Amino acid sequence: MKSTRIKRMTLRSSTRLVAVGLVATLLAACGGSDKTADPTSTPPSTPAPSSSAEVTPGPDTSAGTSEAQTSADPGSSSAAQSSSPAEAEQGVDDGTALTLWTRAPLEGQANLLVDAYNASHKNQVALTIVPNDDYVAKVGAAAGSNGLPDLFAADIVYVPNWTSQGLFADITDRIAGLPFADQIAKGHVDAGTFDNKKFVLPFVLDLSVLFYNKALYKEAGLDPEKAPTTMAEFADHARKVDALNKDGVSGTFFGGNCGGCLVFTWFPSLWASGDQVMNPEGTEALLAGENAKKLYSIYHDLYADGITGEGTKDETGATWVAPFQEGKVGVMPMPATLLKATTDAGIDVGVAPIPGIDGGGSTFVGGDGIGISRDSKVSDQAWNFLAWTMSEDAQVEVLAKNNNVVARADLANNKYAAADPRLVAINEVAGQGVTPMSKNFQAGFNASDSPWLELVRNAVFGDASSIDADNDGITDVLSE
Amino acid sequence: MATTLMPMEEAVGSPPPGRQRRPFRHSRGLQGAIYATPTAIFVCLFFLIPVALVMQMSASDWGLIAGNKGWNFPDNFTKVVDHRHFWPSILFTFKYTLIVTVILIGLGLAMALIVQDTGRWRSFLRTSFLVPSALGLASASLLFWGLYSPQSGPLSPILKSLGLIDESISFLGTPNSALWSTVFLIVWRYAGFYMLILMVGLQRIPPDVYEAARIDGASRMQTFFRVTLPLLKSSIALSLILCVTGSLLAFDQFYILTKGGPDNSTITVVQLIYNQAFGGSQNLGTAAALSMIVLLILIVINALQFRMMRNADDN
Repeated sequence: MKSTRIKRMTLRSSTRLVAVGLVATLLAACGGSDKTADPTSTPPSTPAPSSSAEVTPGPDTSAGTSEAQTSADPGSSSAAQSSSPAEAEQGVDDGTALTLWTRAPLEGQANLLVDAYNASHKNQVALTIVPNDDYVAKVGAAAGSNGLPDLFAADIVYVPNWTSQGLFADITDRIAGLPFADQIAKGHVDAGTFDNKKFVLPFVLDLSVLFYNKALYKEAGLDPEKAPTTMAEFADHARKVDALNKDGVSGTFFGGNCGGCLVFTWFPSLWASGDQVMNPEGTEALLAGENAKKLYSIYHDLYADGITGEGTKDETGATWVAPFQEGKVGVMPMPATLLKATTDAGIDVGVAPIPGIDGGGSTFVGGDGIGISRDSKVSDQAWNFLAWTMSEDAQVEVLAKNNNVVARADLANNKYAAADPRLVAINEVAGQGVTPMSKNFQAGFNASDSPWLELVRNAVFGDASSIDADNDGITDVLSE
Repeated sequence: MATTLMPMEEAVGSPPPGRQRRPFRHSRGLQGAIYATPTAIFVCLFFLIPVALVMQMSASDWGLIAGNKGWNFPDNFTKVVDHRHFWPSILFTFKYTLIVTVILIGLGLAMALIVQDTGRWRSFLRTSFLVPSALGLASASLLFWGLYSPQSGPLSPILKSLGLIDESISFLGTPNSALWSTVFLIVWRYAGFYMLILMVGLQRIPPDVYEAARIDGASRMQTFFRVTLPLLKSSIALSLILCVTGSLLAFDQFYILTKGGPDNSTITVVQLIYNQAFGGSQNLGTAAALSMIVLLILIVINALQFRMMRNADDN
């Protein structure tokens, strides 16, 4: 009798425990996130990881390397080989439906390229734009289920990691077969090179450059044709525009709660000053040097004196370029890809390299690389799209025509760039740019809880006392 | 005339007594199994298998992109407990849960009492209080994100024009303001829902009890504390379970409004799970380990709440 009672009690307890667990799980499921659109139309385009590499458009000495394409490695499944030399160069255009994923920040350029390709080819590319914050999760889930699209672009930040994990098919020979292979933006190709094999081509180059509002410059008594050449001048110009005391207008603006924005727009000042932000291996942060501290101090003073726009401290990257595009900011570093949109919005914009502390100029060569996925069954057709994006038709008549940076050095001085000195300036600064790379770049710099963001917020919105310790915190993450 | 009634079973030629009940028992057992099968399949598919998978992940070196690279127990658990945001996120989640639960249950009860008593405004008030609950949490969060925006949000200009503030308020700019701005959103979104639960509880209290209390000379306060609250215990317990569990699992609102900022001050445990899986680390193993810890915490808390609820019922 007693044992029956005990059994009943045990059974009842077990049932309750299962019930509790079930309720918890169901509630957890109910509490899960709805798939949410990013509140932002223009999230920060942020750059990339691995060894520091000068992106000087010049001969790519490794471009001619030819690798055997027989490896069992999924990444080496060489999407690769075509039956004839013409197909090897151009791929196949036979009316195949191709799928392509890219992230929202580069939606404009992706749409331009896909629309032009679809209009001129039998193959048809179906483009899927994914919110920036969901992109890694979506690609990760697809990779886990072998469901990657035929083509997918990736923030250059992720490319070294993803190529090393075999998400892209090897296109070394295909790239080598292009007559202009040595003219393709080396920074992106290098980011997509792993184990001496090439997996990625540049899809859209995005550079950080200084934008300034010429109308506000005129009102403030500044020369609208003379951009700041040092960070001290930058601060001075911002203060003069802010001194106009126009309603809603501020001297400058930055994404104070956005690690990616800060990487993209502040690192160039350090490079222009002759500093590096990491060691060559990308495992040690070098962000507590003298120039770095001067840089934080300049922004600290601008914020403390109210020269930065309202919301600077809170800005998570969702709307960090919006104030400039609304004509409410005097001068700030921004993505070069926004030149057309800003001009279309009626803002008379001047552009210049991001200055160093005492002069010089540099840029962060970011944007997206693109490759054929390891899961694609139509790699020859996918290559047809990739090869076309590198062609003069695509680079000049699609990208340059719409005020975008071209990814081929031999096309930098095209007719559209020549007609707009701003594009010439952007193309020139591309040669002075850097794509920093580290395996843990995302965790160290871009993530919303990154130690880099802690460093900047402590240094700019607090005091400068924890810069060295915060720099060590970044190193801890980079070296994991 | 004597009449003999033949038992019905014999009349219809039923089987011998020893074999009568077994088929019945079998058929009842089969019936029960059939009834339970859909639920069992549901539980198996959507609870047991996922939990087993998460357990496997939590004990494995499992990258988001790289996939499963083999067992590494207990590395994921030690790594996640040593994570610099682990304890702050646990503390913040409990703090948020406490604040939200107290406000939501208190306000929900007050609103339930108001709409219970109010005469001709009753329907209008009930609808008004309940309407926000019809909006999805993600949509509501986006709405408030826009309202709080220092660049384009209307709240600061309105407060300025009313003379209530001199300088614009940074609704999400400091740890405290971010927390309370999120709490405000959640209260706006969920207070009507808890009002509904408690209102149903109020309606289940028989009017006779209030009549008796009135005849005994009980004041309104005495009636509330000695009659209403004790008889509402089960509704309050249900509200507590829903509110505590939902708050411990808070994610959407913080993901959209603050992304865990400013200065990592509003990272909840679920946000940390998300960051581990899809943020910088891209490590499903540590994310799963943290999920297992959260599941255990939830089971313990819910078990305690069920026990409290049962004790309340027994009393």
